[in-house]
Amino acid sequence: MTDTFDSAGLTETADPADAMRVEAYGPGEPGGLGPDDDKVRNASLWSDAWIQCRRRPLFWVCLFIIAVLVTAAVFPGLFTSKDPRECSLRNSLLTPSSEHWFGTDLQGCDYYARTVYGARVSISVGLLVTFIATFVAIVGGSIAGFYGGISDSIIGRITDIWFAIPTVLGGIVLLTVLEDRFDRNVITVSVVLAVFAWTTMLRLVRSSVLAVKEADFVDAARALGASNFRIITRHILPNAITPVIVYATITVGVIIAAEATFSFLGVGLRLPSISWGLMIAGADDRIRTFPHLLLFPGAVLSITVFAFILLGDVLRDALDPKLR
Amino acid sequence: MTVTEPVPETIAASDVPLLEVVDLHVGFRTDAGTVNAVNGLNYKVDGGETLAILGESGSGKSVNAQAVMGIIDSPPGFIPKGEVLYRGTDLLKLPDDERRRIRGNEIAMVFQDALTALNPVFNVGWQIGEMFRQHKGMSKKKATAKAVELMDRVGIPGAADRVHAYPHELSGGMRQRIMIAMAIALDPDVLIADEPTTALDVTVQAQIMDLLAELQADTGMGLILITHDLGVVAEVADRVVVMYAGREVEKAPIDELFAAPRHPYTEGLMQSIPRPDQVTRRLDPIRGAPPDLLRIPPGCAFHPRCPYAKDRCRTETPALRTISTDPLRSTACHFAEELYS
Repeated sequence: MTDTFDSAGLTETADPADAMRVEAYGPGEPGGLGPDDDKVRNASLWSDAWIQCRRRPLFWVCLFIIAVLVTAAVFPGLFTSKDPRECSLRNSLLTPSSEHWFGTDLQGCDYYARTVYGARVSISVGLLVTFIATFVAIVGGSIAGFYGGISDSIIGRITDIWFAIPTVLGGIVLLTVLEDRFDRNVITVSVVLAVFAWTTMLRLVRSSVLAVKEADFVDAARALGASNFRIITRHILPNAITPVIVYATITVGVIIAAEATFSFLGVGLRLPSISWGLMIAGADDRIRTFPHLLLFPGAVLSITVFAFILLGDVLRDALDPKLR
Repeated sequence: MTVTEPVPETIAASDVPLLEVVDLHVGFRTDAGTVNAVNGLNYKVDGGETLAILGESGSGKSVNAQAVMGIIDSPPGFIPKGEVLYRGTDLLKLPDDERRRIRGNEIAMVFQDALTALNPVFNVGWQIGEMFRQHKGMSKKKATAKAVELMDRVGIPGAADRVHAYPHELSGGMRQRIMIAMAIALDPDVLIADEPTTALDVTVQAQIMDLLAELQADTGMGLILITHDLGVVAEVADRVVVMYAGREVEKAPIDELFAAPRHPYTEGLMQSIPRPDQVTRRLDPIRGAPPDLLRIPPGCAFHPRCPYAKDRCRTETPALRTISTDPLRSTACHFAEELYS
């Protein structure tokens, strides 16, 4: 009895795979053209990675969280009808209720609305910093890795020196110094964070470019007359970019946490900006009596950072064939 | 096996050979010293002609190809001496961007292992089309159409369907055909094939060689075939240069070379081929190992392995010279006349 059941189950699972294979060959195409032909057609690295990701529930969880956050950042009105800046001291420090889901803060502002609006700062700082840092890292890392020699030494030493500067300390100093000349806004905070975020990524790009540079197809491209720029952009980077993508995804999470840290320390954004770091800073003295002031922004912040870091992990698993 | 095909006018017009390599030296600086990979190589190729460069691993045959293409990694590689004349112009003296224009357009190369020589992240149509986009500035759509045309020409069945396939989805022979399609995309006058069949199995080897011969007959390009495989050489080459330790030891038209070698190294190579009519005998390999290119033996580089070596071979480096009895051939052996007459 169990035997029949088992074999029935087996055939059932085998069927879709066969169907897929037939589909992959296309109708009327002769098979048996070579030993490698029993693969699904057009399986590029990316479509392969997509198939890998699609199977993992964690991927969908991360994607869902990030999608919600991005939506909140772009259209906060979709999540709350309240104005985060419409505060009334009569409502100061209310605990969560059906009227104010996350309670209210000292100024009597709706804490849920402020949490929703806070996503905009976090997401934009996270993405902006990561874009700047990745750009610098890709340009610098490619030059250092591809050309080697003097350019590698110069870029390498600059990176080493930069690496030695502690991020938090350097960030505090830089933000304090810049305060006289520039407004403390999302852009300035992002630029300062980016100044310290590119080093590890540049090393990653460089080592990855060094590895790919030795590949035969790079020689082949050169033998067929490709320029250095074309070799770097079309042949080396597409093959070297996957670890960078993984690292950049994780960086978004780390930078969001860093922005909150700076704002908490008073060197990042300032009121009346709405930021999770500022909300946590405001909760400072009242954590014992009004724990919701820390709990909600803290939890949302942690979940956000967690989602990006986990997404990076999932991507690494999907993009690195050696880990499969 | 001599040149019988009509050679297009553009190529045969002048007395200047299509490609000529003169006294080429290539070295690599390493921690252990300078590796002398090529030590004074001379040869020329004309349109419609197939020149085979034959040699074992480490004889400098592939390095020579890279030097001609200008793709030697430098450092550590360097070219202390020599000329690579393409239609009379020394490529080694050209500025980088002119050199680059010649690569692919005028001189192209097919690599040994097409799996590693194709970019894994792009489909093959994109890679062939790249040649047209880069050199001719064609649109994406037109380039892809040309790619399909080329894939058809190199004998890939169902080219229109396969144009979007990735290298790893094709068989070894198919991938080599793609490499060839890329190399001939811009109608080069010289095609260098660096062991194009080594990574393939025997039946596919024959197909690829047929394809190269056919393309050569169509286009009248000069073909330089770099190989260690005597069988491949016998089938398609017009002339052969045998290399040992970075020098040429014998040069001859193919039939003459096979009929009677004029250098002990070539003789040794011939004797180490298994033959069906010699079932009872053991194979007769060349004794010893190829020389360490850091320390090439003085005199004739082959003397430690040569069964006929005499004192003169240990001290005096034999120059490549024409044999008095046979003006078509040259050898670098002091005793060629005595040994083979």
